Amino acid sequence: MAQERTFHHGGMHPRDIGLDTMSSPIRNAFLPHFLYIPLLQHIGSPAEAVVSPGDIVSRGDVIGKASGYVSVDIHTPLPGRVVAIEDHVTATADKVPTVVIEVEGAFSLKGQRQENQQGWKSLSRDEILKRMKEKGLVGLGGATFPMHVKYAVPPGKKVTTLIVNAVECEPFLSADNRLVLEQADDLVTGIDIAMKTLGVDRTIVGFEADMPEAAKELQDRVKARRDIEVMIFAVKYPQGAEKQLIKAATGLEVPSGGLPMDVGVVVSNAGSLIALKEAIVDDKPLFERVVTVTGDAVQKPGNYKIVVGARVADILAEVGLKKKPARIILGGPMMGLAQYTDQVPVTKGTSGIMVLSRRRSAIYRHRPCVRCGKCIDVCPMGLMPLKLVTQIELVQDEAAKKLGMLDCIECGCCSAVCPSERHLAQTIKLGKLRHIAKKKEAAGD
Amino acid sequence: MIKYSSEDLVVSSGPHLRTKLRVPVVMWLVSTTLIPAIAWAGYAFGPWVLIVTAVSVLAAVLTEFVITLLLGKPQTVTDGSAFLTGLLVACNMPATEWGVLPLYVPIVGSIFAIAVAKHAFGGLGQNWINPALAGRIFVFFAWLPAMTGGWAGSPHFDAVSSATPLNMLKFRTGILPGDIQTTSDAVLGMHLSPTHGDLFFGMVPGCIGEISALALLVGGLILIVLKIVQWEIPLFYIASTALFSWIFGGLAVAGQPQAFFSGDALYHILSGGVILGAFYMATDWVTTPVSFGGRIIFGLGCGALTVLIRLTGSNVEGVSFAIVLMNITVPLIDRLFSPQRFGLPEGRGV
Repeated sequence: MAQERTFHHGGMHPRDIGLDTMSSPIRNAFLPHFLYIPLLQHIGSPAEAVVSPGDIVSRGDVIGKASGYVSVDIHTPLPGRVVAIEDHVTATADKVPTVVIEVEGAFSLKGQRQENQQGWKSLSRDEILKRMKEKGLVGLGGATFPMHVKYAVPPGKKVTTLIVNAVECEPFLSADNRLVLEQADDLVTGIDIAMKTLGVDRTIVGFEADMPEAAKELQDRVKARRDIEVMIFAVKYPQGAEKQLIKAATGLEVPSGGLPMDVGVVVSNAGSLIALKEAIVDDKPLFERVVTVTGDAVQKPGNYKIVVGARVADILAEVGLKKKPARIILGGPMMGLAQYTDQVPVTKGTSGIMVLSRRRSAIYRHRPCVRCGKCIDVCPMGLMPLKLVTQIELVQDEAAKKLGMLDCIECGCCSAVCPSERHLAQTIKLGKLRHIAKKKEAAGD
Repeated sequence: MIKYSSEDLVVSSGPHLRTKLRVPVVMWLVSTTLIPAIAWAGYAFGPWVLIVTAVSVLAAVLTEFVITLLLGKPQTVTDGSAFLTGLLVACNMPATEWGVLPLYVPIVGSIFAIAVAKHAFGGLGQNWINPALAGRIFVFFAWLPAMTGGWAGSPHFDAVSSATPLNMLKFRTGILPGDIQTTSDAVLGMHLSPTHGDLFFGMVPGCIGEISALALLVGGLILIVLKIVQWEIPLFYIASTALFSWIFGGLAVAGQPQAFFSGDALYHILSGGVILGAFYMATDWVTTPVSFGGRIIFGLGCGALTVLIRLTGSNVEGVSFAIVLMNITVPLIDRLFSPQRFGLPEGRGV
């Protein structure tokens, strides 16, 4: 195995606050009575409902059909009866059309392990891409970009390397770690399918140094393979961020404003590739995922396989609460989204559910900057958050753009270390949103 | 199952975990690490030292309270920043015998520090000059005799003298025949009463906070471990003081053959306020550069200016002026140093 590598500038190591779930095996969560399945769980246009209230659906049925190129199909994970199609809240607090299903009836056995594990090899590249879309595959790292778009290399672009992100994107989340540990064979097949689709002959699988078991499981299976390399990176947030991961693995920097493809790289999260294997080989649509449930208010933290459409309230009823929750976060502690209701459903992009008690949910006051420079020291993009924020607060968006506002990856390191508890990352996000809104307005006129 | 409702849920944008090293924690921690140095001065020079300290802290805190009240700003007395400023003003007052230093000196120093240096420019984070040093310099020029005379000897050790170590170095006073030979004797060819050991342990006259290098080093190292003090400033400050005083120190000592590379670097580092300045004054976040490279330049500049002022100026002490002069250059230094941005060609910052 290679020595410990990492990206060069910035980053931090959030304190371990005893929320670690790395050693807890994946368990199946209880099945909920009702499913709230949003028709938009990915970046792109929402799927169109193909069911109506009263319809009976069985496990794995398509309930939403992709409505354009950047869109994927949506499936129901459980059999039942469609009771409504209504607007329901999602993790981003937007209300989107949602299919509500009352779970009932028998399971038909769709999406089972196939006898013939090699059958996919006869599929062409286009057939694989088509299946990706039909099986609802998106990136499971959090951005939920449709996989068939990412893997369709446009003419003129050359991809040479696939990087598999087995680095946990956020502190205290361990779903990917557990998945690799428990389904290493599936990951290898997923990598093979991905490599065939991209037409690349080199794959780097990146782990963090604190997950040696998972790395070893994979290493044992690819020892004889010259085209798959396992790399161990230093434990440092945001090691799992796409650009930082590419830098650490290859030394290449994705240019400002560019995409990984500009340096010949495609990055996929390990969980996404396992889902890819299950979709292509086992014919199983993406309708459930492994979610790390943790936080100091949770009684039984761990990694749970949860069906898409289960509401947070259902999960919390199962894992139990030992303290009154004050923050429910979908995702991780750094970039996750705090929710105002527990009625929000788990979707394809939900990597974690974090429930924090009042004691860990302080409301941070935006105090004056004391110019300590810590935000500069930790910024993995080499930005100067303190200067950026000043410009954004003064509505000097052009100046902020020159300072690299649009390069911000919103990792939150700057806010996390700020002794004045300033809303640095938050303000930069605001600046970016304002910039996008302005651009839209200009385009509309 | 614990009951809760949506009203219990806090909604905020991430990150949801923050450092515990918040500004008030930092201020109180820094203040705490200064206590050994001040306590030592109190032991060595008697209770007037402690009275001066108490008065200057009280003046700073009251000024902060009144000003925030008058300006209708959120009350910031409890954030510890005024307390620390008061403490640092006290550290810059001469340690004297009972009643020798008039109490209006630290009071005016603290009021100037908080009211003018800090709040006139917009309060915490907006000041361009280290408030405590501004207060010290103000009273230094206002009451020169009080600030430069009346150094107390100590009943607790033998090095009784009314001159500070730097006075001795500069004006060749306090040279007592028959004293124990010291390293500085050998290097400087002259006879000084305090040995390096005296300087290190604080058995010399001086300002309240500067006399014991040992106590300051312990406090400073704690702050470095806690990442409150950014190590590059004290390191480069002390290193450049050592370098320049070694190169040029020998030129300025009265009554001996002048030569380059013959200065007593250790004597320069341990005497005067270099250690206090390097760990506690030059490391003030607000008035120092925000980038790593900038902080190195800042530390180097402080050391060079300290030695320049000590050797060629009319003052014996150069630390406060050196740091304040470097405070002025901070905006320029910050312009020079910006981090390498990810994804841009080498050397392209902002």
